[in-house]
Amino acid sequence: MTKPLVAIRSVSKSFGEFQALKAVSLDVWPGEVMCLIGASGSGKTTLLRCINQLAMIDSGGIWLDGELLGVREQGGKLHRLSEREIGRQRLKTGMVFQRFNLFPHKTALENITEGPTQVQGRKLDEVRSEALELLRRVGLAAKADSYPAQLSGGQQQRVAIARALAMKPMLMLFDEPTSALDPELVGEVLAVMKELAKSGMTMMVVTHELGFAREVADRVVYMDQGAIVEQGRASDVLGTPREERTKAFLSAVI
Amino acid sequence: MRPAPALAEGFPDLSGMRIAREPHWFRWISAALIVVVLAAIVRAFANGQIEWSYVSRFLTVKVILEGIVNTMVMAVLAMMLGIVLGIVVAIMRLSPNPVLKTVAAGYTWLFRGTPLILQLLLWFNLALVFPTIGIPGLWSARAVDVMTPFLAALLGLGINQGAYTSEVMRAGMLSVDIGQYEAAQAIGMGRLRALRRIVLPQAMRVVIPPLGNEFIGMVKATSLASVIQYPELLHNAENIYYANSRVIELLIVAGLWYLLVVSILTPLQMLLERRFARGTLRLAR
Repeated sequence: MTKPLVAIRSVSKSFGEFQALKAVSLDVWPGEVMCLIGASGSGKTTLLRCINQLAMIDSGGIWLDGELLGVREQGGKLHRLSEREIGRQRLKTGMVFQRFNLFPHKTALENITEGPTQVQGRKLDEVRSEALELLRRVGLAAKADSYPAQLSGGQQQRVAIARALAMKPMLMLFDEPTSALDPELVGEVLAVMKELAKSGMTMMVVTHELGFAREVADRVVYMDQGAIVEQGRASDVLGTPREERTKAFLSAVI
Repeated sequence: MRPAPALAEGFPDLSGMRIAREPHWFRWISAALIVVVLAAIVRAFANGQIEWSYVSRFLTVKVILEGIVNTMVMAVLAMMLGIVLGIVVAIMRLSPNPVLKTVAAGYTWLFRGTPLILQLLLWFNLALVFPTIGIPGLWSARAVDVMTPFLAALLGLGINQGAYTSEVMRAGMLSVDIGQYEAAQAIGMGRLRALRRIVLPQAMRVVIPPLGNEFIGMVKATSLASVIQYPELLHNAENIYYANSRVIELLIVAGLWYLLVVSILTPLQMLLERRFARGTLRLAR
C-alpha cells in the first residue's frame, strides 16, 4: 500500500492569542495536486509554512516522506532538531512565495544555482546546465542573465519556481503564487504550474484561482478559522458544496 | 473605427509653446554676496600674521608626508578592525541566543558610552593595570613593550569604531526584507549562510553611505592618537611647531592634507556604492 507523502496529524499553531491552526489532520498522496482555498486568516498559508518549517508547530506532528519534521522522539519526549537537520529536511520541499522573494543582487541564473551549489555543494558546471534547462522549461531561457528588477512579476515568479525546482524537491508548496501579479500576468505562471502538475509533481497550492483549482487540482480543501471545513474532488467542493460556510465563501468569491 | 465624441470649445491649443526661463534674481544676489564675504575672509587671512611661505615649504616636508602615511595606515587598519567587529557584533545582536545578545549590547554600551580619547589613554597605559600580559604558561611579556603607541591606537580606534559600526550593520541587516531570509531558508540555508550569501550583500548597499561617513570620521579621529605619541599627521605637525613656533602655519598644513584625503575618499565611496547597487537599478533593457 502506498503511504502519504505528507501526513499531518492534529497540528495546532497559535500566534499569541490568535489560533491559526486548530488540530488539523490531512494526508497528501504522492503525485497529488491539492488546492487549499479559504478566506485570509483561515490558516491555509500557515499550514504550508509549517510543512517547510518557516513556522514551528505548537502541537501535533507532520511527517514528510515518513520522517517526523522538526523534532525527534526520545524517551517519551520531543526534542527540537538542530538548525542543520531542519535545513536538510527543508530540501525535500520547494517553496514559492506570494512576493517571489528572488535574491535581487543575483541574476535569474544565479538565483537558481545558489541553492544547489551553496547548500548541496554541487559543482557549478553541472548545476548551470540544469538551471538553464529549468529556465527553458519555464520559458525564460533568454533571461538567464537578467536581474530580478529587470523582469516582470510573472517572469520573476517563474524564475522563483525554477529556483525551487533546482533543489529537486519531492513536494512543491505554492503560497498564493499569483496574488501579487497584475491580472494579465497570472496566466503565464499558472501555465507553468499546470505543466508541473502534469509531470507528476506533488503540489500543495494555496490559491484564490478557482479556475485553476477546478482544472488542475485532484483535491480541493476549504479551510476556515484554522480548520478544514470541507474537502473532496474539485468538481464536488466547488460545484456542489455541502457545508454552509463553503457555500458562503464560494458565492462571495465568484 | 468608433468615432470619438466632439471635444468642448474654449481650450486653446498649447502644443509647441515653451516654458519660459525665470530670471532667478535672488540666486544671483545671494551668490554675489557670498563671493564678497569669501573674498573678505581670504583677504583677512592673506594680511594676517601668517607666513604663507612656511605653509608651502612644510606642506611636502618628509615628516609631514610620513605623518599622512601613518594617518592613512591607522585609519584603514582601525576601520577594518571596526567593520569586522561591527559585523560580528551586529550578527550577535540579531541572534536568538540571549547570551550573545547581551554580550553584544554590553560591548556597544561600554565603548559608545566613554570618550574615545579616554579609551586611547587607557589602552596606552594598560601597563599600569597589568605589568605583564600573556597566556599563563605559554607566553608572557611586559605590557610596556607590547602596548606600543601603534597597537594602543589601533585597539582604541578599532574597538571604538566597532561599537558604532555594529549599529550601522544592524540597521543594514534589518533593512533587508524578511522574505529574503525565508527564501534562503526555503532552499535549505542555515542562518549564518543566509546572512553571508543573501542578507549581507544586500545590506551593504544601505550601509556604504554611513560607513563612508564613519571612515571620514576615522581619518580625523586618528589625530586623537597624537596624545599617545602615535606619529600621525597632527602629532608630527605639532612636533615641528614645538621647534619653530610656526603654530598656525603647520596647523594649516595639516588641515590642507586632511581636506585633500577626504576629497579623494568621496568619489571612491561612489564607486563602491555603484558596485553594490547591482541588480537594484533598472538598467537599460
